[in-house]
Amino acid sequence: MKILVVDDFSTMRRIIKNLLRDLGFTNADEADDGNTALPMLQTGKYDFLVTDWNMPGMTGIDLLRAVRADDNLKSLPVLMVTAEAKRDQIVAAAQAGVNGYVVKPFTAAVLKEKIDKIFERIDS
Amino acid sequence: MTNKKDSSSNMSGFEEQLKNQAADLKTLVDSGNIAEALRVISDLNATRDQSLYQEVGRLTRTLHESIRNFHIDTAGQNKSQEELSKIEDASDRLSYVVDMTNKAANKTLDLVEESMPIASEMKEEADILKSDWARLRRREMKPEEFRNLYKRMDLFLDKLSDQSDKVYRNLSDILLAQDFQDLTGQVIKRVTGLVKEVEDNLVSLVAMAGKVDQITGTVHEGLEQKEDVERGEGPQMHAEKRVDVVSSQDDVDDLLSSLGF
Repeated sequence: MKILVVDDFSTMRRIIKNLLRDLGFTNADEADDGNTALPMLQTGKYDFLVTDWNMPGMTGIDLLRAVRADDNLKSLPVLMVTAEAKRDQIVAAAQAGVNGYVVKPFTAAVLKEKIDKIFERIDS
Repeated sequence: MTNKKDSSSNMSGFEEQLKNQAADLKTLVDSGNIAEALRVISDLNATRDQSLYQEVGRLTRTLHESIRNFHIDTAGQNKSQEELSKIEDASDRLSYVVDMTNKAANKTLDLVEESMPIASEMKEEADILKSDWARLRRREMKPEEFRNLYKRMDLFLDKLSDQSDKVYRNLSDILLAQDFQDLTGQVIKRVTGLVKEVEDNLVSLVAMAGKVDQITGTVHEGLEQKEDVERGEGPQMHAEKRVDVVSSQDDVDDLLSSLGF
């Protein structure tokens, strides 16, 4: 299982990578916005995408849409981890096909719960 | 801001004069005294112009005052651009906050990432020793194995002492890495004060400009700002008081489940 973590703040990427490692996902790469992330995803090496929303360059919601529009990536599970908390934004993310939505600040337990739920659904 | 009161009384004086002159004009036109009526019309224009000049003058003065209050030093022409404004200084200060918090977060993460493997390693070794120790207590251990356990226990205790020391020192450094809060807090308070000051000055400028608009009859097209859901806003303040914003992960989960998630 290879994961791509996309956030413009390096400390947040480190925190998420550490939490993922504790959950047993030791293989994670980082990107600092959608423009960097998309070509990485297009290599087909990743099984799961964790992305922030608000980033310079390409935002997380645009990245999500780009992923869903790409025939090779459209079924990639995507978890959004973001400070964006407007109802309209969450609805927009849902409509764009997000698999999970975590608002910052978040706990390790919440992250685990959402990731478990995503994979439960994929496996079933 | 200081001359708000007399400027509003000045405005009503202007209106009063306008009313009187209009009444005069009507009387003169009605009585057929056209030459005199034209003179009143030119007086009316003069009154309007005079009030306009007064308001523009006042606006200019307020603008100057505000610029002074923004702490942009217009006299220091030979100074570099960066030295001229307090706003520039405020951005510098905020960059400092970003740097400080970034440094503290990275330092903390470094120390945590260094300590976690130490803790797991100690746990793993302790678990192995524990099971061997249990075998010893159940008298299932051969003398050869016991001698080996004896040596390993010795090494483990030495290592445990060293490693606990290391973890303790890391925790203490993590503690110290939080000292940024005091410094960044002070800086942010100062910048918040400046923003408030600038806002007050802008509000008084807008009020002055409104008077000029009133006299000249200028109507500005509404500069409506379209809200863009796509554009990120960052963390929400007072989320619990707003209906358009979720205030917890539970809210997010409820919303998503209402959408069929």
